[in-house]
This record gives sequence, C-alpha cells and structure tokens, in this order.
Amino acid sequence: MKTALAVGGIVLCAVPFVGLPAFYESFLYLLLSAIVLATSWNLLSGYSGYFSFGHGAFFGVGVYTTAAHAGQLGWNFLWTLPLAALTATVLGVALGAVVFRVRALRGELFALLTLAITFVMSTIALNAVDGGPGIMMNVDMPKLAPTASGVLYLLILAAAALTLWTAYAMYHSRFGTGLFAIHDDEDVAEVMGVPTYRFKLAAFAISCALAGLAGGIHAVFVSYVTVAETFSIALAVNVVLMSALGGTRHWLGPAVGAVAITLLLYAFTSGQAAVIGRALTGLILIVVIVAMPAGILGEILKRFRTKQAPARPVVRDFVSANAKQESGEPLLVVRGVAKAFKGVQALGGVDLEVRRGEILGLVGPNGSGKSTLINVVSGHYAVDGGSIRFEGEELVGMPAHRIARAGIARTYQIPRPFPQMTVLQNVALPPMFGQVVMDRASAEEEAWRWLAFTGLEAKAHRLPSDLNLHERKFLELARALASRPKLLFLDEVLSGLTPVEMDGALRLIRAIRGQGATIVFVEHVMRAVMELTDRVVVLTYGKTIASGAPQEVMRDPQVVGAYLGAAHA
Amino acid sequence: MGRAGGEDHLTVPSATLLGQSVLSGVFIGALYGLLGLGLSLSWGMLRQVNLAHFALAFLGAYVTFQLAAVAKVDPFVTLAITAPAFFGLGMALHWFFLRFSVTLLNTLLVTFGITSIFEAGIQWYWTADFHRMESAYAAVRWKLGPLFLSLTDLVTLGFALALALGTWAVLRFTDLGKAIRATTEDAPIAAAFGVNEKLLGYLVSGLAAAVAAVAGLCLALNHTLAPVQIYAWMGVVFAAVMMGGLGRPIGPLVAGIVIGVSEAITMAVTNPTWAPLVSFSLLIAILLFRPARFS
Repeated sequence: MKTALAVGGIVLCAVPFVGLPAFYESFLYLLLSAIVLATSWNLLSGYSGYFSFGHGAFFGVGVYTTAAHAGQLGWNFLWTLPLAALTATVLGVALGAVVFRVRALRGELFALLTLAITFVMSTIALNAVDGGPGIMMNVDMPKLAPTASGVLYLLILAAAALTLWTAYAMYHSRFGTGLFAIHDDEDVAEVMGVPTYRFKLAAFAISCALAGLAGGIHAVFVSYVTVAETFSIALAVNVVLMSALGGTRHWLGPAVGAVAITLLLYAFTSGQAAVIGRALTGLILIVVIVAMPAGILGEILKRFRTKQAPARPVVRDFVSANAKQESGEPLLVVRGVAKAFKGVQALGGVDLEVRRGEILGLVGPNGSGKSTLINVVSGHYAVDGGSIRFEGEELVGMPAHRIARAGIARTYQIPRPFPQMTVLQNVALPPMFGQVVMDRASAEEEAWRWLAFTGLEAKAHRLPSDLNLHERKFLELARALASRPKLLFLDEVLSGLTPVEMDGALRLIRAIRGQGATIVFVEHVMRAVMELTDRVVVLTYGKTIASGAPQEVMRDPQVVGAYLGAAHA
Repeated sequence: MGRAGGEDHLTVPSATLLGQSVLSGVFIGALYGLLGLGLSLSWGMLRQVNLAHFALAFLGAYVTFQLAAVAKVDPFVTLAITAPAFFGLGMALHWFFLRFSVTLLNTLLVTFGITSIFEAGIQWYWTADFHRMESAYAAVRWKLGPLFLSLTDLVTLGFALALALGTWAVLRFTDLGKAIRATTEDAPIAAAFGVNEKLLGYLVSGLAAAVAAVAGLCLALNHTLAPVQIYAWMGVVFAAVMMGGLGRPIGPLVAGIVIGVSEAITMAVTNPTWAPLVSFSLLIAILLFRPARFS
C-alpha cells in the first residue's frame, strides 16, 4: 500500500517533466482542482452535515485575493497563496461565529446564508477590487517546472495531497468522530462531551482555507479574472454533487465523485452541450440524494463490510474506574433551580442534594420536571435561576460538553443513539470526550468492555436501527457508562421493558453501583425504586416535596396525595 | 436593481429622489413578499425548503412572456393557464417528497437539482439573453405630485397584499386554516382527530406553486428576464422569509418591504451595485442581536 502510494506520487510529480502536450497538464489540473474543492467542502458539510452552498464564495475570495495582490500589486505569486487561504478562512470563521450559535433551524439557516454569501462576495469583489472590467494576471511564475502550466499543475497537486491528507487525518481522529456525531445528533453529541461549536468552526475554517488556496492557484490558471466567471453558483452545485455522488461519509468519497463528474462535464463542454451538462448534473443530484444516499464509495464499502467478520479483541479484566468513593459527602448540590418554557414553570426552585456513592431515586408524576432537571444539570437547557454545584464547581452557565467532561453522564428516556454509527462507534464516542481524553483505539477497547458488560458484544458492528427497544436501552446505558462518569443520570431505563428484561436491567444497575458510581435513578416502576435506591426525592410541579429513605417517603401523606390525589375523609 | 453607474462616495439625494426610491423599494419589497409567501408556507407547514420555487416563478414569467409576445394573449389571462398548471406541479413535487420520504435538508438539495434542470431548460429554449415583455400595461403611469406611479408596480403590490392577507384570513378564521395549523403543530395528532393531513399537504404545496405563477406574472410585468437571475433572487427572498417567520403569510411581505426600502435607500445614497449586501447585512444583524428569533 505504502509503495503503491509512493510510486503513484512520483509518477504524478513527474508529469510536467516528460514533455506531454499541455492539454494533459490542464486536464489533470482541473481534475485535481475538483478533488481539492469537493474534499474540502466535505470536511465540514459531509462530516458534520452542515451543507454549505457557498463554497464558490470562499474559492472566489481566494481567486480575488491572489488576483488583487499578484495581478494588481505585483506581489510574488507564491506568497499570495497563504494569504488567499487566510482571507477565505477569516470570512468563514466570521460567518460561522454568527450562524453556528443558532440552535433552531441551524442546518437550513447555514445552507441559505452560505448561498447568500456568494452574491455578497461577488458584490464586494466587483465594487472594491475589480472595478468592472476584470483583472489581467501577468505574474512571474516560479521556476518549478519547464512550463507555466506545469508549475500550476504541481501547485494544485500539492494542494490536493494536502487536502486528501487532511481529510484522512480528520476522518480517523477524535475531531472527525466528533463531527460525525454532530451530523447524527448534535444535542446528544454536545451532552456526550463533544465541543460542538468549536468543532464546527474549526472544520469550517479548514474547509475555507483549502478552498481559498485552490482559488489562489486558479487565479493564475484562468489568467483573466472576472466576477461573473469566479462567483458562480454552478461551482457550489458541482461540489455538492461530487461529494454526494462519491459518498459524504468517507474521506475519499468526494474525490471519487470529483473524478466522475469532471469526466462527465468534460464530455459536455462546448456550446449548447454545456446546458445539457448542467441539466444532467441537476438530475444526477436528485437521483443520488433519493436513491443512493451513501454514494458510490459508501455503497461499495457497505458490500465489503457485511462480508467482513466482526473483529472482537480480548477484553481485559474489568477495572473499576472510580476507586471506591468516600460515601456521604455531597457530590451534586442543586439550589433553587428554576426553568420556565413559554410561561410554563417546569422547575420552580428545586433543591436537591446527591451524595457520593448513593443511588438517589427521583420520582414524581409525569410532567413534574424530572426530565427537565436532568436536561438542566447536563447543560442542555440554560436555567432561569439558581445554582448547581458539582464537586464544588458551579455548573450554571457552563457549556454541556464541559459538564460531561467534569464527569456527569446521562441516558435518554427514548434512546437517542447516533443512527449512522455502529453500536461500537456509539459506545466509543464518550470515552474520547470524557474526563480522560482517549484516542480512538483505546476508546474502542473501552467500548468493548462496556459492550461485554451490557451483553451487546454480538451486535457491535450493527447499526442502532437493527436493535430492539431493550437492546437500545442497554446501548444507552453502555454509552453513558463508557465515559466512566462520577455521576450518572438514568432516565426511565426500565420503561417499556418486559418483566424478564427488567430483571436483567436491575442486575446491571446493581453491578454499576458495585463499582462505586453515584446514580440518580429516575423511574416510575416503584418496585425498582424501592429495591435499588438509598434515598428518594419526590418532585411535583417542579418542586421537591419530600426526601428521605424510600419506605418513609412513600408513606408521606403529601407524596400519596401527589400521586393519588388528596383523600376526602 | 439594474441601474448602472454612480459614484463611490456617499451622496445626499434630493427629497424627490428619496421619495421615489422609497416608493420603488416598497414595490420591489412586495415582490419579495409575494415570492416569499409560497416559500414560507411550504417551509413552515410542510417542512420543505423549496429552492425550485424561484425556478418555477421564472418559468411562469417566461411562459407569460411567450404567450403575450407570440400569441398576443393578455398577460393577466395567462394566469388562467399557469396557475392551475403550477398547482399540479406543486402537487407532483409534494408527491415526490412523500414517495421517497425526503428529509428537510434533502428537500433543499433535491430542489437545488430541480432548479438546475429548470434553468438549463429555460436557457435552452429562451437562450441566456435578456428578455423584456412588451405590454400595454407597462406604459400606464400616473404622476403623483413629484412622484411617478406605474400600473404594473401597483398590480404587484395589490397581488402581494391580497394573497398575503387572504392566506392569513384563511389560516386564522376558517376550519380549513385551523386544520392546516393543527397539522403544522403535530401532524399525527391532527390526523388522529380526523384531519386529512395528506390532502392538506397536497393543497398547501399546490397553492404555494400557484402563488409562484402569480409572482412569475409580476416578474414578467416589471423586470427583464434572464436564466441566471433565478439565483440572484434567492438570497434576498430567503432573508425576507427568515426575518418574517416561517409559516406566516404576512411576515415575509413586511420583511420584504423593509428590505426593499433599505435597498432602495442604499442605492440612492451609495453606489447601486452595493444593494445585494443590504438583505444579508440585515439578516446577520438579526442573528447577532435577536438570536431568540430563530430558536
């Protein structure tokens, strides 16, 4: 594999020196340029699912940065290339800093804003740089190859190598894993410890930088830069199409699509045929989106993967993560926490204390605010007032991913696995973003351990949609445990399970307690609450009305009243 | 749009010029609102972001242009053909989305593809050149003090107001509107209460497309047509929709007029070519200072 790569690299580098007709260099240039643009687009849009329709704008900003500095001001062409990348990055980061903070409609908003930025940039380029007639590029070429087209070919070859390497490295890193989690379920990703805002911004910055670099090189390639040719929507369509066709969930997918579409468009270059080519790209886009969502490469890999026997490493002895905890002292202290939704007071000043090493039962009728409390503590919702201290540190105002990193994990009442990740990948995610940051290999080893613990080993390479409800609940559990939390919120893990499955789940929870984790157990199944918990807190209408030993609390007339209504004696 | 030349430095326009600018801004804003109405309906109620709406409006404009120029049909009569035909197209699109259960983000991509096909088709038949419909209506203008008013502009404003207010009234006061709003809130629950949500979906999608036919007529009456312009309208109109609110008929019109007037004043005070920046800046400003608007 490595030798093949090396030979291929040497052959590609040798192209300008063997005296081929310039046509081949130009054609290869266009092919490589398409690979750079499609692959760089995919770094944000394919990995994290934020589709940008503005890749043409960032490319165009690169073109105009080089055109203005090398063409008009006479700077050294090579020096303008980092500047082109930087300018595109600054623009992308500025846009991202605004739009990535929005919580609703974020994908659509991003797509439409990036669509608009193309026109904004063309307006600025027209008014502030170009002046109307366009810019003639008379630049001194660095003497890297015998001909000017050879030099441009080598530059874009280097850019393509850099882009593919970036895509590969990101794909296999924590960064890439976090982006794929954002793609599948951004809110859950954040609660599992992925710094979503920073990751999106970083991916966008890298994506823009590479597009800007390609633009800078292209300015010299076209030799005469005009606004109409540079800021075209066609580029955005083609880039989206190439990536979707090749496969957005693989680092190499966009490159495959780029080659296919470039060859196709080459067949339709002249005159009226260009119109047919555009219609064809539109048609292919529709067909691919509807019929082949995984793309060419995705479909091939799918075939390949099903034949592959699932690898299962030897799981080492189970080591308890949290050394036997000193029990008794308060771990989590909630004081006067309030949260309202459009006037409905979900939490009206909740006071709660969770002591280290205990299982605290949190009960209350439906709508009493139990799930809201979990959402507030895990940082998903911002509180309206009050304080939440975990190991003495204030959690209010802290982003959700930092709360996860502090050692708090949760399960969801209705399981929310990352749908396009395998069971193993789902469970391996939290350890990569937990208290101790792990690399992918050790995170997967950790994941295997928790799959064994929950009995899901056999399903490790399946997708969550292949699991039944009971297995999905256990997947939730394994995923929450994999980060080795100090404090674990279990949100109705038993609901919807059969009595037999419930017994299994209870055994599991007891085993978790055996390892010394602190658990807040939200449940309606009273048998389980009485059996498992050390203390019980009762919530109604967003207020705590009782707390103490399970037997006593359940006899409290106020609690009986909340559940069954007041007695009329 | 389309006035060339001008100086780069700020100029203080006369009261007459400013008044005329504001007036033209209101009229262009009415067209933004008219285009935004269909988008807002299908986005807010059907969870579809329909980029092809613009291609449809331009197709309507070209068909109107063709019938008026070649067959000498009165432009307003062409609506009798385009509106029902587009109603059918809208239903077909909705069928396609249902049949392949296309997700919200993918509706954006699919309609992007449809737009490319329409654009190529328009360019193939009508060429990439600019076309301007000649009609007797274009010559009708009145002088109101120092300001000019044209019939075609008033028609656009009239259509925009009538359709936005009409849609609002239907949604607000009729059982049909109540059913549509219930389906928007929670389709399965609405269906459980006896609302035929499938049929309503087709109805809304068809109506949104029929509104595109009306917008197409107004485009043909007031503007020169070229295939590339399909994309030029997208940014501004979507800004109006997002500022005005999804699923709201009147919001996009109000926002559209705000954008239109801001653009017109910008064009009068600075260089006209800066106008495309206005809607984008307004949108970014809202995102920065009123992010709660989007959550």
